[in-house]
Amino acid sequence: MTAKVTVEDVERVAELAHLELKPEETGPMLDDLNAILDYVAELNELDTAGVAPLAQVTELLDAAGAGGPRGDVVLASLDRATVLKQAPETDQVFFKVPKVIER
Amino acid sequence: MSSEAKTAESYVEKPRTLAELRAEVAAGRTKATDMAASYYDRIAKVNPRLNVYLSLTKERALEQAERVDALAAKGDPLPALAGIPVGIKDVLVMRGAPATAGSKILQGYRPPYDATAVTRLEAAGAVLLGKLNCDEFAMGSSNENSAYGPVRNPVDPERVPGGSSGGSAAAVAANLAVATLGSDTGGSIRQPASFCGVVGVLPTWGRVSRYGLIAFASSLDRVGPFAGNVRDAATLLGVIAGHDPKDATSSAAPVEDYAAESDKPVEGLRIGVPAEYFGEGLDAEVRAAIERGIDSLKAAGCEVKAVSLPATRYAIPTYYLVATAEASANLARFDGVRYGYRSKASETLSAMYRHSRDEGFGAEVKRRILLGTYALSAGYYDAYYLKAQQVRRLLAEEYLRAFAEVDAIVTPTAPTAAFKLGEKTGDPLAMYLADIYTVTASLAGICGVTVPCGATQAGLPVGMQVLAAHLNEGTAFRVARAVEAAQS
Repeated sequence: MTAKVTVEDVERVAELAHLELKPEETGPMLDDLNAILDYVAELNELDTAGVAPLAQVTELLDAAGAGGPRGDVVLASLDRATVLKQAPETDQVFFKVPKVIER
Repeated sequence: MSSEAKTAESYVEKPRTLAELRAEVAAGRTKATDMAASYYDRIAKVNPRLNVYLSLTKERALEQAERVDALAAKGDPLPALAGIPVGIKDVLVMRGAPATAGSKILQGYRPPYDATAVTRLEAAGAVLLGKLNCDEFAMGSSNENSAYGPVRNPVDPERVPGGSSGGSAAAVAANLAVATLGSDTGGSIRQPASFCGVVGVLPTWGRVSRYGLIAFASSLDRVGPFAGNVRDAATLLGVIAGHDPKDATSSAAPVEDYAAESDKPVEGLRIGVPAEYFGEGLDAEVRAAIERGIDSLKAAGCEVKAVSLPATRYAIPTYYLVATAEASANLARFDGVRYGYRSKASETLSAMYRHSRDEGFGAEVKRRILLGTYALSAGYYDAYYLKAQQVRRLLAEEYLRAFAEVDAIVTPTAPTAAFKLGEKTGDPLAMYLADIYTVTASLAGICGVTVPCGATQAGLPVGMQVLAAHLNEGTAFRVARAVEAAQS
């Protein structure tokens, strides 16, 4: 958990996150990530062997608090034209994007 | 820092109470349309300096005000918020109105639907004035991460209003709305409410529907109200709380009459004070103000006792791992395909994604996406994300044990009063520590209220955080009312 992040790590993670960092952004980002990761390494002080992870808190609410699954009922959704109006580029039926594969 | 003199310029004006305004509308002494118009006049005067509103929804507000006036003219019974001007943080969507989340990447987006909290406010007669400035995607503690410029604190415009719901807090402090909605993921309602001297509510996770809230970290995100006094904040929560079929994580537990709960005396309530929230880093003047607040609870008949929350020191690292991991997943949807900003010059789909996100997101959002992606990536998942989720359980269990012994826990809301613009922008870690007293309740899912509790010598507001167990909002409001009553 004390592994230092390298420039290559930042570039790899940026690629995974579909972010393109400018060369002048990479250095400061590297320093910030290392400072933050040094700080979060404090968690190593705690023994968490056998502790079940808590992803969200629904289980901690009273049984009365649980909403439970809704019925499998078809309801109206937004119509296509309304949704497509928000898109940068469409052909009225689909979203349009730049080409995906080279021919 | 907080002992430093504040500038003389101030825009503080206390909104009148819901009870007063509603009675005037019902009696026909005040028209909802006139009230909306006078709020828009004040916004036109003050907003250029404070940058609180990002956009106004005048047409919709005036139509709603006319409906309220028509009801009042007929002598029909009026709903709880009839004619009350309310502002909405720009992370909640309103049909047809801009929804930027403080980001360039959502420029031009006009969502085709309303958030459930918005729908419920309007059904209760509220007049929605417009959309309020905030840190980009609610990531920040000073409102300086907004792509549309920082909000200034009405108490002292050279200082930050706190964040991320800085606009929501400042709007109430400057009477640019009677009440507002914000969102809180790690302290984003409570800390700005404290900095601006208003009441802010963190409802139990699941108490208010998140439908129509632009997601930051879904297991932590909550929608909650700001108001000028505790009783009004309680009324607002009663309106927006409750199960919503559009949010499967919303709680089906019955909604209490929170305003009535807040009226109950606090005599005999057991109040816990955790030493861990009064240690190094707490400003001496903030500490003194909170201690006076605790004395007033004793005087009101509360039994004050020490409680121990030793894992508190691990809350910030836990929070920043959990929140950034969830954010990296949630913010993957902003890709330039379906809505918002698309970079023009991209020949391939992959380049279009990267350029749109690079040009659309600000530095703090990128930092958090990268941190979250790193913490979730192969080889690091167990060491960071899984570890943080385990510590999250320890933090939550610690609170549950404490709430077996006390009805509420009181702490400072923030370690300092409002700091100056630019003071912490160069150091992300220092900025994260502004949330040191708020993130633990976020991780545990419990509820709380922050209430004004005195001021520094320079006149900067101090907030007391009153925390209560899951779905015990009524108790938090009661205690906050007692602290508020002791202020005057």
